[in-house]
Amino acid sequence: MIEIKDLHKSYKMGSNSLHVLKGINFSVKEGELVAIMGSSGSGKSTLLNILGMLDELDEGSYTLDGVPIKNLNETKAAQYRNKFLGFVFQSFNLINYKSAMENVALPLYYQKVGRKERQEKALKYLEQVGLKEWATHLPNELSGGQKQRVAIARAMAAEPKVLLADEPTGALDSKTSYEVMDLIQKINDQGNTILLVTHEPDIADMCKRIVHLKDGVIIEDKKVEQVRASQYV
Amino acid sequence: MKFLFDSNTWQEIFGSISKNKTRTIITVIGVLWGIFIYVALSGAAKGLDNGFDKAFKTVAMNSMFVWAQNTSMPYDGFKTGRSMQLKLGDVETLENRIPEIQYIAPRITQGQFGSRPVYTVRGQKSGSYTLNGDYPIYTKISTKKIFDGGRFINQEDMDQARKVIVIGERIQQELYKKGEDPVGSYVRVGNVYFQVIGVHKLAQGVSFDSDSAMFIPFSTYRKLYNSGDNVGYLCIAAYDDADVVQVEKDIKAILKSTHRVNPKDERAFGSFNLGERFGEIMGFADGLTFMSLVVGIATILAGVIGIGNILLISVKERTKELGVRRALGATPSEVRNQIILESVFLTLIAGVVGIILGAGLLSGLNAFTKDADFPYANPTVPIPYVLGALTIMVILGTLIGLIPAQRAVSIKPIDALREE
Repeated sequence: MIEIKDLHKSYKMGSNSLHVLKGINFSVKEGELVAIMGSSGSGKSTLLNILGMLDELDEGSYTLDGVPIKNLNETKAAQYRNKFLGFVFQSFNLINYKSAMENVALPLYYQKVGRKERQEKALKYLEQVGLKEWATHLPNELSGGQKQRVAIARAMAAEPKVLLADEPTGALDSKTSYEVMDLIQKINDQGNTILLVTHEPDIADMCKRIVHLKDGVIIEDKKVEQVRASQYV
Repeated sequence: MKFLFDSNTWQEIFGSISKNKTRTIITVIGVLWGIFIYVALSGAAKGLDNGFDKAFKTVAMNSMFVWAQNTSMPYDGFKTGRSMQLKLGDVETLENRIPEIQYIAPRITQGQFGSRPVYTVRGQKSGSYTLNGDYPIYTKISTKKIFDGGRFINQEDMDQARKVIVIGERIQQELYKKGEDPVGSYVRVGNVYFQVIGVHKLAQGVSFDSDSAMFIPFSTYRKLYNSGDNVGYLCIAAYDDADVVQVEKDIKAILKSTHRVNPKDERAFGSFNLGERFGEIMGFADGLTFMSLVVGIATILAGVIGIGNILLISVKERTKELGVRRALGATPSEVRNQIILESVFLTLIAGVVGIILGAGLLSGLNAFTKDADFPYANPTVPIPYVLGALTIMVILGTLIGLIPAQRAVSIKPIDALREE
């Protein structure tokens, strides 16, 4: 599903150049649930941004579902994001003046899905995350865990190939973190590919594979025995 | 341009606008105020314009009066201070020599300009009034509204020097009982009995004659007072497209040459050029219309810039939202279109509401000034002007929307989503 070869990325900070990713080789198959771990500054978010086409790579190659991702203009990148990827952010990033249902329906709007169908689909995904009765509520009427579940429903609504989650539990307490992880595991059980950035070991243990990044290189890539989150809920 | 006709686009725009009410209202007020001022001002200016038109419609706009005075320079063997007298022959000379003259009505009068008014009696009642000897053509220069059943002097009255008279509204009130019909009755003017043939109404607006003036045929007057060919003053109307100031100069020049007056003598003939005054007043109304146009457009411009300004600020405030939209798959052009359409949509709403409020104010003003003695009537703004203003607003709204839209697109989604 994801193929990365010899990926380099550096940022210019004035006259200095900051080499963040120094040759990453990495691939993800369909149906995997991968945790990308590392301390801050290790380059894990940069890697996720490149995977999410929010940032461009300097060197190397990136292939997503057989499509080479290289030198995309903004319009093309937007279309690929819409078609291939779903995003979950640490700070949820829901649009605060839209109800839960409208937030979930937003990626479908950019897929040019009609209004009626959009709403039906949005409701369906809200039901999956257990928030159907909260459909008409605005984000500020929801708890943190609920917001993140709405965000996950939104990411899933576009039926992406890969779900990218940047510290999805970073702003949540342990109990709601496990609830969210339970949801992510269930989505993975349905066969969806998920990449998840975290620095919490217990969250990483709930994935099927852990990739450790340090100073821009992968130092460890191992399959783990998945801990089911449902036992903590 | 397909997105313009997609209901989904408009639903998204409408959602964004209707759910940010404070922002929307603040944004809209600028343009709303602008178009409101524009409609109210230009309507008021038009109302004043109409008011002047209404006030002046009873008299020929391009008219003037010319009368004789005393010379102030010796000339051709005549000493200074010679008293001048206009004659009937002058009428013919002027008519023949100045093609710009449309109508010329000589008049001889008593009771005006210091001469004694004429004592008039009917039965037990009496009064002193101005008496004018007139040609029928006089009504072409100053319309006379005659009450039902009456008429003004006509050519037959002139030819036969009939002793007929048209009296003013106030004379009727003073000499007749209420409900009594004066037409056909007789009044004694000086020592001669005249038959009343009409009562003229006091004209609304501008009028040359008061409601206490009486009119008899010129021919009757000259017989009665033995005034010969003498003329009191000339009422002259030039054609609408003539230059009244020039016509006035020509008339005086010809009169000076026929009466053997020094061409440089400014005192020999007096004149009052109504056309020139009208021109000034109408110029004032035109200037007002133009000024209201300029002020209105400027205010609209300021309002539209205000919209751009607030949208620019709101783009900054919405950086995160726009970043999320980009991450979810909004292309740069979709984001740009959204901001521009929001701008246009807000401008349109503001425009329409402003026009409605402005029209409301105008109709209120109309009702208020309907019976007031004030040159103000029927304040309107022509539909093309309103549509023109709307078009300008939409164009400006689009252009001004481009700035925040470009700003929105230039923000990279990754920067927009980054935690501060």
